[in-house]
Amino acid sequence: MPEKTRRRHKNFIEKTIVGLAEVAEQALYAESLAKADGLLQKLDARVKVIGLFSLIVAAALSKKITIILSLFGLAIVLALLSKISPVVLGKRIWLSAFLFTGAIALPAIFITPGEVIYRLPVLHWAITAQGLRSALYLISRVETSATFAALLVFTTLWTQVLKALRTLGVPVVFVVILGMTHRYIFLMLQTAREMFESRQSRVAGTLPAKESRRLAAASVGVLLSKSFYLSNEVYQAMQSRGFRGEVYLLDEFQMQKRDWLALAGFLSLAILAFVLG
Amino acid sequence: MHIPDGYLSPSTCAALYAAAAPFWYVALQKVKRLLSTRLVPLLSVFAAFSFIIMMFNLPLPGGTTGHATGAAIAAIVLGSWGSILAISVALLIQALFFGDGGITAFGANCFNIAIAASLIAHFVYRLAAGSSPLNSSRRIFAAGLAGYLSINLSALITAIEFGIQPIFFKDATGAPLYAPYSLAVAIPAMMIGHITFAGFAEAIITAGVVAYLQRTEPSLLKMTAPDAVIDSSLPVTQSGWQATRSLWLGLALLMILTPLGLLAAGTAWGEWGAEDFTNPETRQQIEQASSNQAAPENPPAGLERLSTFWTAPIPDYAPSFLKSEPLGYILSAMFGVGLIILASLVISILTRAKRVSDA
Repeated sequence: MPEKTRRRHKNFIEKTIVGLAEVAEQALYAESLAKADGLLQKLDARVKVIGLFSLIVAAALSKKITIILSLFGLAIVLALLSKISPVVLGKRIWLSAFLFTGAIALPAIFITPGEVIYRLPVLHWAITAQGLRSALYLISRVETSATFAALLVFTTLWTQVLKALRTLGVPVVFVVILGMTHRYIFLMLQTAREMFESRQSRVAGTLPAKESRRLAAASVGVLLSKSFYLSNEVYQAMQSRGFRGEVYLLDEFQMQKRDWLALAGFLSLAILAFVLG
Repeated sequence: MHIPDGYLSPSTCAALYAAAAPFWYVALQKVKRLLSTRLVPLLSVFAAFSFIIMMFNLPLPGGTTGHATGAAIAAIVLGSWGSILAISVALLIQALFFGDGGITAFGANCFNIAIAASLIAHFVYRLAAGSSPLNSSRRIFAAGLAGYLSINLSALITAIEFGIQPIFFKDATGAPLYAPYSLAVAIPAMMIGHITFAGFAEAIITAGVVAYLQRTEPSLLKMTAPDAVIDSSLPVTQSGWQATRSLWLGLALLMILTPLGLLAAGTAWGEWGAEDFTNPETRQQIEQASSNQAAPENPPAGLERLSTFWTAPIPDYAPSFLKSEPLGYILSAMFGVGLIILASLVISILTRAKRVSDA
């Protein structure tokens, strides 16, 4: 029996392994949600890109907290109709956005000059109406935009987003680079994870800080040279298949009646929010 | 440092998209000409690489960990234009696919992290490395400095973007609509963390990667330094920090002394202006500095005649806008950073000495 169980801090290798695994897990999870049978999943990717982007802009332009909160309500309704549970959004989006932005917005409640509405009992810090409003603006706007962005990510396959970008006028070379980057991110995630796992399996005891730093720099260096060789191999493979620098993509989008309706709905809601302030 | 949606007003976002656009255009043209058909695979793989290293946890002095942006590493290996594109693509995938960094703020994030950091990192690295051999410790120092300055410049620009929000965007009651803090709060709040921790994370990783590449794959460093040679007489560098310690010491002393020099009273001997001869106070200073030799009653005729011939754009090093608080902040920051580097050196030497004595 162990005499004493001591909570051990994760070293940087373990932290990095967890971080890399989380990225891969989130991507897989988003892909599984994108295949669900919900409202947004059925829509044309171009409609979603334009529609959700215009709602994000509407939330950014608004000068009334009620309007921003109404847009947030709309995002929740869209999530429910797309079979994305608020628990999922809460865990993956809202909580982290709230903790991050909340920590940033908190001091604003006290230091923004304006009309004092309350004083903290012991510290005598004054809470101003303007400070409270500015914190509410920031948090509600961040949560609303993050939810709309998450709806796009969770309901659209990356290949569809790319095609939508292409048909919306993004230069084809960028679209191809984005597609290939996405592909190689997953390959490199795996490579990096394997590198760290193999190193971790050889670590006994605590790694000294200096050694950790050397290891981190060496890992980046190894990944860098692997990237270089990989890009050469990819280039040769592309050339052997007849690549001459020209890129062609198949655009197989077909706008249906529900897509036009959804687009009209998104845009009119965004314009309404803008008109109402 | 990725700015989420909601922190910047739409007009600031639009302005920063517009500011980033010409850089993207020029970068694409330059890189296309250089790489032609290699462009697509090379940029894709390097963008993926930049994405992955933003995920790395880096061990920092004091037991904490931090993240690096990798902009300086990309700029040192690919050059500034390639780095601008690779980091921009990585940021777009982070924003669109992982919801990290806003969509409306994408232009701002690219401007701060991809563009400003890549350009300054490339410039500083080239300037500090000069024509030194590829495997010299000076290049490791140059890389660390490029990493440190690039992330701090990004942070400063981000803080300025945040700080101007409450000046321009308020609601009817006077409450700030976006980022709520003024420049006086946003700049120190952002810079303290970057000057101390994040800056060092970027410096350590950038210097460490260059030291590693020098040992194993110097050809990757040759892409941005085609004329540099490999000097086989130089010793193999084992650790980025130790090999460059004397260079860091020099930098620290320079940073501490520069603000002191600028704040020193009086004028340099011989650098008198025509008006100094008529002012009784400066006349006394000239006399004291010249072994009690009194200055002539009138300024030399030639000096008086020629002094109006050319007026320097920045007279006496400090025009009115520089004789203000911001300059004070910058000088204090330089002084502070110098002290921090010096303190880190002393601590590293002391801990090493202790390890040796323990052993």
